[in-house]
Amino acid sequence: MTKRSWLTSSPAAAVILPIIGLAAAIALWWGATVVFSIAPYLLPTPWDVAVKFFDQPGVLLSETGTSLLETLEGFVLAIVIGVPIALLIVRSVILERLVYPLLLMVNSIPKVAVAPLLVVWMGFGQWPKVVMVLLMCFFPIVISTAQGMKSTPTELVELMRSLNATRAQEFFKLRLRYAMPQIFTGFKVAISLAVIGAVIGEFVGATKGLGYVIQQSGASADTTLAFAAIMLLSVMSIILFYGLVLLEHLLLPWAQEKR
Amino acid sequence: MIRLDGVGQVFDGREGRVTALEKIDLHVRGGEFVTLIGRSGCGKSTLLRLIAGLLPPTSGSVAVADEPVTGPRRDVSFMFQRPALLPWRSVLSNVMLPVEIDKGSDRSKAAYRDRAHQLLELVGLQGFERRLPHELSGGMQQRVSLCRSLIRDPQVMLMDEPFSALDALTRTELSEELQRIKMELSTTIVFVTHSIEEAVVLADRVVVLTPRPGRMRDVVDIDIPRPRSLAQNAYVTEVATISARLHALLSEKESEDRR
Repeated sequence: MTKRSWLTSSPAAAVILPIIGLAAAIALWWGATVVFSIAPYLLPTPWDVAVKFFDQPGVLLSETGTSLLETLEGFVLAIVIGVPIALLIVRSVILERLVYPLLLMVNSIPKVAVAPLLVVWMGFGQWPKVVMVLLMCFFPIVISTAQGMKSTPTELVELMRSLNATRAQEFFKLRLRYAMPQIFTGFKVAISLAVIGAVIGEFVGATKGLGYVIQQSGASADTTLAFAAIMLLSVMSIILFYGLVLLEHLLLPWAQEKR
Repeated sequence: MIRLDGVGQVFDGREGRVTALEKIDLHVRGGEFVTLIGRSGCGKSTLLRLIAGLLPPTSGSVAVADEPVTGPRRDVSFMFQRPALLPWRSVLSNVMLPVEIDKGSDRSKAAYRDRAHQLLELVGLQGFERRLPHELSGGMQQRVSLCRSLIRDPQVMLMDEPFSALDALTRTELSEELQRIKMELSTTIVFVTHSIEEAVVLADRVVVLTPRPGRMRDVVDIDIPRPRSLAQNAYVTEVATISARLHALLSEKESEDRR
């Protein structure tokens, strides 16, 4: 008989373990720069990066804010457009056959290739970035929503029929609710892609945002600044992801047990 | 209460037409407990769905309370093999689902809520009203499902092997509870099973169906006093005799086939 160890069962360990992992990675990074005496323009120490950030926290945070706004706008737009399209696809086989290859095609295009085009079409404002985020998020949201809508167990559908439920009741009280955990899985995949989309957008024709900062720092060989921006991007990604996890936990407490 | 005249059901499958049911004539009196027994594939579940109005018959006619069945009726409830509970709803709100779906009910919501509490108490689930389905055992879930099918005081209850997915002990418990409820409520029940034991313990009459195509082989009256039990009791001989007869009827078909 194996006793469940404290490390797998305790909620405190669930918080402490990731922190230990992170600390170990930073220690390794620091150690490497010292032991191999790597030049700071190649690989700055974590300390350099932290100093860089606290040198001008306001500037970097405002760039982060720009990227965050683009990310969220594109993500919400992807939900607003993607979820209804998925619902339509599920309802009609004809539409599914008509639209699916198109979706696959759009998804298979390397998004970097489209970035300059978006600038040509939409200028230098935030729109090309938001649209880039939308393009990144759209596919996983559509696919997971469609999958979720198709996963309703037959006996539950039969139950609703036997209760004389209207089509609207069957949709709102059963199918959509049942699909929610899968829809959320799509959201979680999409949110990380959304951040990447924002950075790609900012690499081309931007004047602000963390992507722009990284690009500029590359041009001036300010590796430390690039690292600070990358760190902020990762932190943003992590917070957004766990924000969704928390939201799911609050909205769908019933779904936890199924995993 | 239920009248089937010359009912037949043909399905167009991938491997041609399959006759699921043929020439079914059955009259179930009000307050009667009828079990349909047969091997898998004898169309017993199909027969139940025809009575429920979930499926229109290919030939013949189905009537409940002297009205031809055209769709699911409010006074007929259906209970499935699996509990078919909505996982995000509490026990109480699962029981209340039929009332919520069909708003044209004769009683107030508060009255139904009281009734729901009463039913949950009847099956020993008081105190579990706010739990979610995944927190309950299989037997408890099926009890919730039973309460749900009783909430609108149906005239007819259709039960499709409701206890077959449970362990033997829970199954015995539940069939004893069902008998108790039946004696209190005088609902008409049609109960599908493939278990001879269940048929003998529960039924006033047992309809034996033959497989492919499903036909009525025989109808056996059971007048053993209630409550019946499989445990040691005064009617062990009667239970054994009828069980043996049903067993013979069910296996007879096989020997006929061989000829």
